[in-house]
Amino acid sequence: MSYVIEMRNIRKEFPGIVANDDITLQVNKGEIHALLGENGAGKSTLMNVLFGLYQPEKGDIRVKGKKVNITDPNIANSLGIGMVHQHFMLIDKFTVTENIILGSEPTLGGKLDLKHAGKQVMKLSEQYGLDVKPNKKIEDISVGMQQRVEILKTLYRGADILIFDEPTAVLTPLEVKELTKIMKLLVKEGKSIILITHKLKEIMEICDRCTVIRRGKGIGTVEVKDTNPDQLASMMVGRQVNTKVNDEPYKPNGDVLIVDNLTVVDSRKVPVVDQLNLTVKGGEILGIAGVDGNGQTELIEAISGLRKVKKGSITLNQKEITNLSPRKITEKGVGHIPEDRHKHGLVLDFSVGENIVLQTYYQKPQATAGYLHYNNIYQKAKSLIKEYDVRTPDAYTPARALSGGNQQKAIIAREIDRSPDLLIAAQPTRGLDVGAIEFIHNKLIEERKQGKAVLLVSFELDEILNLSDRIAVIYEGRIIDIVTPSETNENELGLLMAGQKEKAAVQREENF
Amino acid sequence: MFKKKYAALVAVMLVVGMLLSACGSKDSGNSGNKDGKDDNFTVAMVTDTGGVDDKSFNQSAWEGLKAFGKKNDMKVGKDVKYLQSTSQADYAPNLNQLIHQNYDLVYGIGYLMESDVKKAAEQNPDAQLAIVDSVVTDDNKKPMKNVASITFKEQQGSFLVGVVAGMTTKSKKIGFIGGIKSELIKKFESGFKAGVKTVNPDAKIFVQYAGDFNAPDKGQAIAATMYGKGADIIYHSAGATGNGVFTEAKTRKKNGENVWVIGVDRDQYEQGLPEDVTLTSMVKRVDNAVTEVSKETQQGKFPGGKVLEFGLKDNGVGITTNKDHMEHVSADELKKVEEYKNKIINGEIKAPKTDKEYDAYLSSLK
Amino acid sequence: MKRIFNNNRLFSFLIPVISVILGLLAGAIIMLITGYNPLLAYQSIIHSIFFEPYYSGETIRAMIPLVLSGLAVAFAFRTGLFNIGVEGQLLVGWFTAVAVGIGFGDLPKAVLLPLAIIAAALAGAIWGFVPGFLKARFKVHEVITTIMMNYIALHVTNYLIRTYLYTQGERTPSVPESASLSSKFLMDLTQGSRLHWGFIVALIAAVIMWFILWKTTKGYELRSVGFNPNASKYAGMNVNRNVILSMAISGAFAGVAGAMEGLGTYQYMTINSTFIGIGFDGIAVALLGLNTSIGVIFGAALFAGLKIGSISMQSIAGVPTDLVQIIIALIIFFVASSYLIRWLLVRLKKGGK
Repeated sequence: MSYVIEMRNIRKEFPGIVANDDITLQVNKGEIHALLGENGAGKSTLMNVLFGLYQPEKGDIRVKGKKVNITDPNIANSLGIGMVHQHFMLIDKFTVTENIILGSEPTLGGKLDLKHAGKQVMKLSEQYGLDVKPNKKIEDISVGMQQRVEILKTLYRGADILIFDEPTAVLTPLEVKELTKIMKLLVKEGKSIILITHKLKEIMEICDRCTVIRRGKGIGTVEVKDTNPDQLASMMVGRQVNTKVNDEPYKPNGDVLIVDNLTVVDSRKVPVVDQLNLTVKGGEILGIAGVDGNGQTELIEAISGLRKVKKGSITLNQKEITNLSPRKITEKGVGHIPEDRHKHGLVLDFSVGENIVLQTYYQKPQATAGYLHYNNIYQKAKSLIKEYDVRTPDAYTPARALSGGNQQKAIIAREIDRSPDLLIAAQPTRGLDVGAIEFIHNKLIEERKQGKAVLLVSFELDEILNLSDRIAVIYEGRIIDIVTPSETNENELGLLMAGQKEKAAVQREENF
Repeated sequence: MFKKKYAALVAVMLVVGMLLSACGSKDSGNSGNKDGKDDNFTVAMVTDTGGVDDKSFNQSAWEGLKAFGKKNDMKVGKDVKYLQSTSQADYAPNLNQLIHQNYDLVYGIGYLMESDVKKAAEQNPDAQLAIVDSVVTDDNKKPMKNVASITFKEQQGSFLVGVVAGMTTKSKKIGFIGGIKSELIKKFESGFKAGVKTVNPDAKIFVQYAGDFNAPDKGQAIAATMYGKGADIIYHSAGATGNGVFTEAKTRKKNGENVWVIGVDRDQYEQGLPEDVTLTSMVKRVDNAVTEVSKETQQGKFPGGKVLEFGLKDNGVGITTNKDHMEHVSADELKKVEEYKNKIINGEIKAPKTDKEYDAYLSSLK
Repeated sequence: MKRIFNNNRLFSFLIPVISVILGLLAGAIIMLITGYNPLLAYQSIIHSIFFEPYYSGETIRAMIPLVLSGLAVAFAFRTGLFNIGVEGQLLVGWFTAVAVGIGFGDLPKAVLLPLAIIAAALAGAIWGFVPGFLKARFKVHEVITTIMMNYIALHVTNYLIRTYLYTQGERTPSVPESASLSSKFLMDLTQGSRLHWGFIVALIAAVIMWFILWKTTKGYELRSVGFNPNASKYAGMNVNRNVILSMAISGAFAGVAGAMEGLGTYQYMTINSTFIGIGFDGIAVALLGLNTSIGVIFGAALFAGLKIGSISMQSIAGVPTDLVQIIIALIIFFVASSYLIRWLLVRLKKGGK
């Protein structure tokens, strides 16, 4: 039989590395085909070859059985290949329709024919259940909706093979569900989909087949119905992965962190954390679940001193730390793995070594009387790099040059090394691959074992469910419920996260 | 990347090659000056940042030098030349450059160069230097031996334009605007006031200093006040600040007021166009002075250590000579001006140059 | 400190070098078109600044304020601040140094000279502090405030000279010998150039900048804030205080640059009708020097060489000095556009991953 896409023995080299080495990818018509691999495994390179952005050194590409030579994206487009990018390529000030027709504007006697285009967009939107409003401006619609505009863009150009590049990375759980529906509908309508991802769960849920690549090499293609997440994970990582969960018994100590009646306002003076109460005990991981924008970020910023507290108090080990400076709070024993590692976690142009001492550079033995001892700094850095398995050429390399996972490891090394009583971990595994996630989860669990308090904030419900001893659900700046992982499920959490406490209670009744 | 490196390499080689070949040819380039020195007189000047087309001192001095060069069949750009300064830091190296090139006479144009000329004179006792509009003295306040200091009797020229003003005014109110209060500008003020009072003892004279030579806005504001108080003629000695005086006068003329400006340093007739507000100008003939000093030096009579004062007699200062630019001054008045000019030249009248001398002059009128 | 010398570093080092070469080549082409002899012109520059002691001395003399103003710009830039106000800070430093030199003329040289320089540094620091404070406290962009402060400095110093220190020749009196940096020895050595001891001050300043930035906790903080203020705040640094400090230190360098002119080159201060431009040249010097101490020294050497060389170029090859300004502008243009090229290259690389 002939494949809709067939890439055979593709090899692509960049100076110094082989990004794709003899990879073969065969996609059937009407299937959702997953392309699985860790960050940097070569997924994007392969897709860029297919999309005409790179020319392969070896191998050939067939589309619908015909051998083709894709030298630029226009050719890919004309062959019916469309790409839904991870980072949307939309113009904020333009409407949905204007964005969709950008680059292939329909004209009527030399004039832009927006009316006709709008109708066409509407038609496509209805056909695939996209529910897009053609006249809204991009800046006024949600991220999920923007992604649908991207999808529509490819459909409008007549694509029947759609490449999705990590589409769920930017979406809320609800939006992920919607996207899943859309993808299934697309396939039903005769489109074929290549889904680039490193999330095993997604593959298990929606894909038909899965091609795994690892370090530039094709590992193999499997039928999803014949496999399981563990097998996929070990194919991807190259070894047995321990999707270890928090299995030590729960033996909490005293309260480490007490947040009492906390109110925090944002720049518009709107309370984003609203009379919130929360306690984190020693020896527990408290997970905070919630839809993005419900006050998680502000809560953490308030605890770590980055944002002023309007009302209420924060106590650490019986000592009040409300509105202290970040440095004082750090010194009192709070570690913080920040949500955005590039914005807050690292000075990317500093070396790894300099980043390792970001909070402690002024303390002995790193410095005496304002004079830095670089020897001591790099000595410390080297030992931490070893201990936390940070893959870097050396401690002098700029942090920018490291992969996301290794950057995160460096941050975790720094934070945990200070042995804080409270460790705040905000989205600690966002954008990381399985290996790094596993490492980080183990580290968090280790901290718990040592009797430290861990406050985990994550949008990944799996992560929350797997790691937490207790789960606090945040909604509109308040903790609306605290549940135990063993007594809840994703549905209940989802309802709580949407603020539907009553419905959630019913849901729980039904389950147990 | 590789292409770029290659291009860079080629570029480096080109430049190095250029420099090497340039160094090789150096001898032939420099020898000319030295050989010619003994027979040929050479003279050069250093401009301030205004350059030789500043419509003022530098231009006038350069015109004088060029004229001198032409008369003596000297090659402009070689035997007669100027160096332009881009900042005040350049004065000293520019002077030195010319001295090192063995120019027989090197001018520093303008009093801003005073300390640099002094230093150059100290360091090069054999060099012959001249400065315009200033006196270069050694540490004992004596004029330096190897510097000719060229100054002007601005009070004399100012006296004459004062006579014109005194005769022309209808309102009997006249203004004087100075740049920064200093000995130099006092010469303008005193001479001018004396001239006015001589022919029009009842005239009222407003005097104000802008505190700046480069603030046309201030000049305009002061002029507005003076015209507002009823003055119909303003004499300015304020450099670019004076441009504001012209602006104000033109505006008022457009609105039907009959006001005048008297220009300074050079014929400022054109500055008054198209409303034609320039009554006359007090001109400083830097060109004449420069030509004169060059001539003397050529003849072996370098006036080093002297403070030369160019006055009416030497054609160093005066009143606009272009008759077309004096159309608003009647023939009778011009005759009067000529009279006073002669009186000053033959010493009958001594134009005052300080407040004290002015006061003495006033009492002598009574 | 051990640093790796990878491709990226080599590349960023090559940019200014290539730009200088391209600038000189373009200048040569312009000279050819306008009928001058570029070989003679460049040869006269090289010859005068390397083989004629007077011009060597003048070149080093011209370097002194350029190094300091370059350091001032570079220092602020390390903290992510664009100090356009070096010019104004330099002027107040210049005035302060001269005023202190004249006002305390009775003090012995060992006291007065350092005092005058330190006073100039303080004056510059205050002039830098104001925009720093406004930025930290009210988020007013430092580019705007420093430009404004330049005008304030220009007119305030002019006013002060006119009112309190005026002498014939539109300037202040000369500073007494006890406040002077000039040196008969250096002057004789360079056949009478105005070279003065300030070059030592400039070198010390370069070492100080390097030491502060790379050897002290404060410098670590300043650089951290410059690279990433968010992460610095997260790590417990006081971003606002660092912004103010950086501007003040930057201003101090600029103030010392002014002192070098006031106590060294001129021994007095003139009433300036417009800006003198050394502060603005400092921006280009810092850009060319990649904001490093050593780079700033090289950048200043190039600028000073071109400026002083232009005098010989004008005199011997007949090329107008304006052309040197054009060449300098071209060099800056090429530096700036190579940054653009580099930026594009980096973007492309990232896109390809």
